[in-house]
Amino acid sequence: MKIALIGLGSVGRGVAEMITKKDLGLTITGLADSKSGAMDSGGLDIPVLLANKKKQGYCGDPGLTALDIIKKADYDALVEVTPTNALSGEPAIGHIKAALARKKHVVTSNKGPIALANKELRAMAHKNGVALRYEATVAGAIPIMHTLEHGLAGNEILALYGVLNGTCNYILTRMAAEGLTYEQALMEAREMGYAEADPTYDVKGIDAAIKLVILANTIWGNGVTLRDVDCTGIDLLTPDALRLAEDEGCTIRLIAEAIPRKHILRVSPRIIEKNHPLVVDGTLNALTLETDMAKEITLIGRGAGSVETASAIIGDLLFIKDRYDGRA
Amino acid sequence: MKLEMKDSPGQLVAALKPISDVGGNIIAVIHQREPDSDHDTLDVQIVLELPEGRLENLVALLKEQGVHIQRIGEQRLLYKRTVILIGHLMHTDLSDTVDQIDSTGFAEVSELAMSMPAVKDRSSSRLTIKSVTKEDMEAALAILRRVSRQKSLLLIEPMEEIA
Repeated sequence: MKIALIGLGSVGRGVAEMITKKDLGLTITGLADSKSGAMDSGGLDIPVLLANKKKQGYCGDPGLTALDIIKKADYDALVEVTPTNALSGEPAIGHIKAALARKKHVVTSNKGPIALANKELRAMAHKNGVALRYEATVAGAIPIMHTLEHGLAGNEILALYGVLNGTCNYILTRMAAEGLTYEQALMEAREMGYAEADPTYDVKGIDAAIKLVILANTIWGNGVTLRDVDCTGIDLLTPDALRLAEDEGCTIRLIAEAIPRKHILRVSPRIIEKNHPLVVDGTLNALTLETDMAKEITLIGRGAGSVETASAIIGDLLFIKDRYDGRA
Repeated sequence: MKLEMKDSPGQLVAALKPISDVGGNIIAVIHQREPDSDHDTLDVQIVLELPEGRLENLVALLKEQGVHIQRIGEQRLLYKRTVILIGHLMHTDLSDTVDQIDSTGFAEVSELAMSMPAVKDRSSSRLTIKSVTKEDMEAALAILRRVSRQKSLLLIEPMEEIA
């Protein structure tokens, strides 16, 4: 199956490297970063293009844009892994629409388009007889979408609870373990590369809320948006609060929860027993689904990382390859 | 309550039946046989919920069955939740915050642990709330949410047990 890969940040690089290294039956025929593009229907020389990117800051021909590649290259599935813009979803929404219009499958790790335009994009994919998959948008390597779609097929999902932001979980883990202040733990997270220069999206709970919106729409198709999430971050937590929780055999974690029957859609720091399955350490993510038949299912895994996120994207690509075998 | 009864077949059932007769709900039955005990009696602890005013009725019925009641420990408030409040707790009148729960009559703050760093810094406190029913607890938490918003306090609620 031929792949056009748009975006060469940490995730895009991971996807390119794994497709090149592993014999998966996937060939990259189109590639674009923010400054250039390259295409070859016989398959691109990925090691050379990645070396170019490292050396000169862009991978291919500066005369080619991402949209040129999406509209002109010969490919079966688009992999859209440009940075998330949570407000407009662009340019990713434009990229995805251009590919769907050409009846190409789309796989993305980009939260913006899925949180903002899921319904429209899904309808467009359906109309054109192609797949739109976004396993990598929520909880990185954890196969939550596959679990919902296949493993738990036929179950009614009654509620979901998740630790969906690795940065917050790292900060809370360190505050609890070492008695650090929020500011100290944040600084440490930055040094470790777990927090961005502007950590607002993470620490205010917005990133977790966006993921909750994606999950809620995927599971219940209820059309909720970021504005519907009751969102409280972790930036006002004190080391004393964590110690007070600790005295009771508990700790504090940022929990995203959706319980439709109680009209709850919330991200907030919560007191939680230390032996609760959602209490995971460091940057790990965890998700508990409460269902009618399977009852509770908890998934734990890495929520971010170059190769970890590539795992989710490649899982989606190979699913499409199997499902649409005849034409891919 | 802790009961002592004859260690013979049918005795436990005889002791449990009056509980349902008076409309009670058995939460737990704990029955531990002392290995070195040569008594022919059995000690059983029963945790139960009873409607108001039925306790005397139950005691009389149990005596009729020949069951000896060793001890009755009454616990009025069954539900317990712990929350943490962060903010300028003293400046926003902590006793008023507590009183808003206590004055409901159906829930009360039974424990309060607090830590106050420097005067200007935000302080943190842990409140344990008790109530008679689950609905009362929900109502108490709703009051606390409203008060926290009004006083700009950060309320950290416990994770609900997954039903």
